[in-house]
Amino acid sequence: MLKAIGVNSIDDLFAPIPAEYRLNRDLKVPRQMAESEIVDWFRERSRENGDGHSTFLGAGVYYHYRPVIIDSLISRGEFLTAYTPYQAEISQGTLQSIFEFQTMICELTGMEVANASMYDGSTAAAEAVMMAVRLSGRRNVAVARSVHPEYREVLSTYAFHQGMPLATVPFEDSGRVNLREIERAVTTDTACVLVQSPNFFGTIEDVEAVAEIAHAKGAMVVVAIAETVSLGIIEPPRSADIIAMEAQSFGVPPGFGGPYCGVIATRESNVRQMPGRLVGQTTDRNGKRGFVLTLATREQHIRREKATSNICTNQALVALMVNIFMTVYGKVGLKELARHNLAKAAYAAQRFAKSASVLFAGVPRFNEFVVRTSEDPYAINSRLLGHKVVGGLPLKKFYPELGNASLWCCTELTSRSMIDTAVGLVGESERSVRSAKEETAEEVAR
Amino acid sequence: MKHMTRKATRHVNQNEGLIFEKSGSGKAAWKLAPLDVPEVDTQALLGAAERSDLGNMPEVSEIEIIRHFTRLSTWNYAIDLGMYPLGSCTMKYNPRVNELVSRLDGIANAHPYQPEKISQGALRIIKTLSDCLLEITGMDAITLQPAAGAHGELTGLLLIRAYHDSKGAPRKKVLIPDSAHGTNPATAAMVGYAVENLKSNANGMVDVAALEAQMNEDVAALMLTNPNTLGVFEQEIHKIADILHAKGGLLYMDGANMNALVGKVRPGDFGVDVMHLNLHKTFSTPHGGGGPGSGPVAIRKQLEPFLPRPMLISKSDGTLAFDYDRPRSIGRVRSFYGNFGMFVRALAYILANGPDGLRQTTEDAVLNANYIRKGLEGTYDLPYSSASMHEVVFSDKVQAKKGVRTMDIAKRLIDYGFHPYTTAFPLIVPGALMIEPTESEPKEELDLFLEAMRSIAQEIEEDAELVRTAPHSTRVSRLDETAAARKPVLRWKPNSENHKSEV
Repeated sequence: MLKAIGVNSIDDLFAPIPAEYRLNRDLKVPRQMAESEIVDWFRERSRENGDGHSTFLGAGVYYHYRPVIIDSLISRGEFLTAYTPYQAEISQGTLQSIFEFQTMICELTGMEVANASMYDGSTAAAEAVMMAVRLSGRRNVAVARSVHPEYREVLSTYAFHQGMPLATVPFEDSGRVNLREIERAVTTDTACVLVQSPNFFGTIEDVEAVAEIAHAKGAMVVVAIAETVSLGIIEPPRSADIIAMEAQSFGVPPGFGGPYCGVIATRESNVRQMPGRLVGQTTDRNGKRGFVLTLATREQHIRREKATSNICTNQALVALMVNIFMTVYGKVGLKELARHNLAKAAYAAQRFAKSASVLFAGVPRFNEFVVRTSEDPYAINSRLLGHKVVGGLPLKKFYPELGNASLWCCTELTSRSMIDTAVGLVGESERSVRSAKEETAEEVAR
Repeated sequence: MKHMTRKATRHVNQNEGLIFEKSGSGKAAWKLAPLDVPEVDTQALLGAAERSDLGNMPEVSEIEIIRHFTRLSTWNYAIDLGMYPLGSCTMKYNPRVNELVSRLDGIANAHPYQPEKISQGALRIIKTLSDCLLEITGMDAITLQPAAGAHGELTGLLLIRAYHDSKGAPRKKVLIPDSAHGTNPATAAMVGYAVENLKSNANGMVDVAALEAQMNEDVAALMLTNPNTLGVFEQEIHKIADILHAKGGLLYMDGANMNALVGKVRPGDFGVDVMHLNLHKTFSTPHGGGGPGSGPVAIRKQLEPFLPRPMLISKSDGTLAFDYDRPRSIGRVRSFYGNFGMFVRALAYILANGPDGLRQTTEDAVLNANYIRKGLEGTYDLPYSSASMHEVVFSDKVQAKKGVRTMDIAKRLIDYGFHPYTTAFPLIVPGALMIEPTESEPKEELDLFLEAMRSIAQEIEEDAELVRTAPHSTRVSRLDETAAARKPVLRWKPNSENHKSEV
């Protein structure tokens, strides 16, 4: 090949790089490994990484059973190793599957259009808010404090240089966003209100009441949904203007935080301000049905600095996992799956309530609930870890005012015996704190 | 077909409607384990929040789902089927061992909030990959949080903005060459910067004199792709960096073309201050039909305080932990720690290559591109004669005389069994054919590609119409994109016109 090109050595091809910048040594990276060694190296990392533990963690990332056919199908090289479907004639497989994905997301959310995916729930929420800013021509944003704390952090990073003042709206004792505070925060300069439902505490927000307040002032409502399995049994927020989802629950492994699958869904009238790719139906020269990427004039490769977003690469293969999951469970299965989640969480919350305090109990919730203990939840969790069980997420880091509270999640995979073990340990902790207090009280009395 | 193609033969493939068109009440592909806790009264628990109807969600059996997606998959082109010469996209082989290790239980099922004590494996993967990427780029610090290249650009520009703000001199503009990717200006706009265009010189490179003239204290940074989108290394890169630095500006490098540099030259050694990498390009993580990606951002020391929260640190006892206490951070750009699954794959790729393999990868990528350049020179117009690195850009100047444009040639390539090259980009080349073979292609596949390209050129001489109406061998012919955009149909609806035209 060198001869065909007309050079003497590979080095000649690198001659355009000024000599003083060329690297004349080996990179200091680990030596080349055989496939067997690579597998061994990662197996070891896997063992150091909680392999074999069960968990009560949720908080935006959920353990649901992943039907085997998801990985069988997404491992097909024609899906796995294909590029973005710009060349429609040889990408109909990807394009049709995205069209089906968009349709099912619309069915589940009650919205009219959905895009082909965003990076994750947090960036979807931030982009949905920016979309509301463009649509409304207003800049102020009210964000419920019951929205996932990391989603709020991402939003404030995105909003910082866009002149979008963010107001945080507190939650009330029920765990829901405080409607009176929303009333106070929303003005005729407000572009949108962002809430999450089920919210970070697992509580279902009264989106309709939020929308009534927002819409009366001409503001839009953006609803984040982090636990999509809830859509099987909870009414979608139909009064929302934009829905920003994290669809990880639909067949995507927790994978230490990603890759996941964000999605934005909205009404048809808002579509030209939608970020991200969209697949549309059309016909070929012979009138045959086919699918193409469409409305690309919103996107960066056409509009450059005037695009609706800079997003290019999205989460296509993860969206395919979500698509297959939705297809497997479908109309009946999703509802049953959601019902199982509801039952497990209801059972666990009821058991926990016997020894500790379960917060926000008066309002409907899905598969998460907040338990407040007398003892530091980190201490309880470290005893649970001895049973190879990861306890609920201590909330101190995000909500110091809730004290020794932690967020527990139960899905269809959480067994009754695991719940009973955790409840038992929390009960023991409460009893020992109580008896320690009594002892102190006795001592004081003496 | 006038000329026989050696690579492709037509064969029957299956028709398949939309999944909704196969749905039937009572069909199912799921089964839940018996509920081991008491049944609940959903109405009592949820009240008005309870949902009764899931609309038109499908009901299908497992074999139908398998066949549905398998049939759809056969309508896709993929790297696994052949060369994917998409310039600037670096469509290289996706090793399967990477898929296996990313699915190991402790890796795929790790929750991002599980205690650090039982996350040391994941943190070790992040640390090892970070160290490797820093060595490869020659930079000082790195964040793996950005989820894709454009997201990396956003992070990088936020860092640059935070840096200038910290100096008490927020700047207003970002310079972007006219050959840049569309994500560059779109990103600058998201960070609140005005975009100023920088013209390329006659060799397709940054016009250093123009840069000198345009550079002032209002310019925050120059966003540069190197090698640029013509596949040409910016030889005066040191001068470019000096001009920026002299006026307090920073040099941002779009790492889209890093596949031309790994193991041979390091951006940190030629003056780059901030850069992003695309793990889904250079480091072989699969494109998956459009994503997921991963866009780590590597920086010089002075920008370190501003990196996104959290950052990985080594503790004195040898364990690893996340540090959230970073008061000058730009904040988070994504939830959790980024697309971790892509880190696993990218690291597996680096381990499989080692120092020798990484260098050879780059050499082979450049060798392959130059082999293609040599093979097509004379047949297609080469608008810039500057030496090519990992990709080469031709134009359709010769073929346009017969009324055949780059898109037509690209579509005709499909009939020859290849994915098209990148068309009509970079914008500085009218009618561009941008070809990047990557190191993955054996000489045999490259020869088939050259043969196809030459054969198409000959077809254009003999029967231009044949090329203009290509492809002729696909399930669908050219699709009406104008109609799709004018009256968007973005979802299936029951009893709609959707199905009428099928088959």
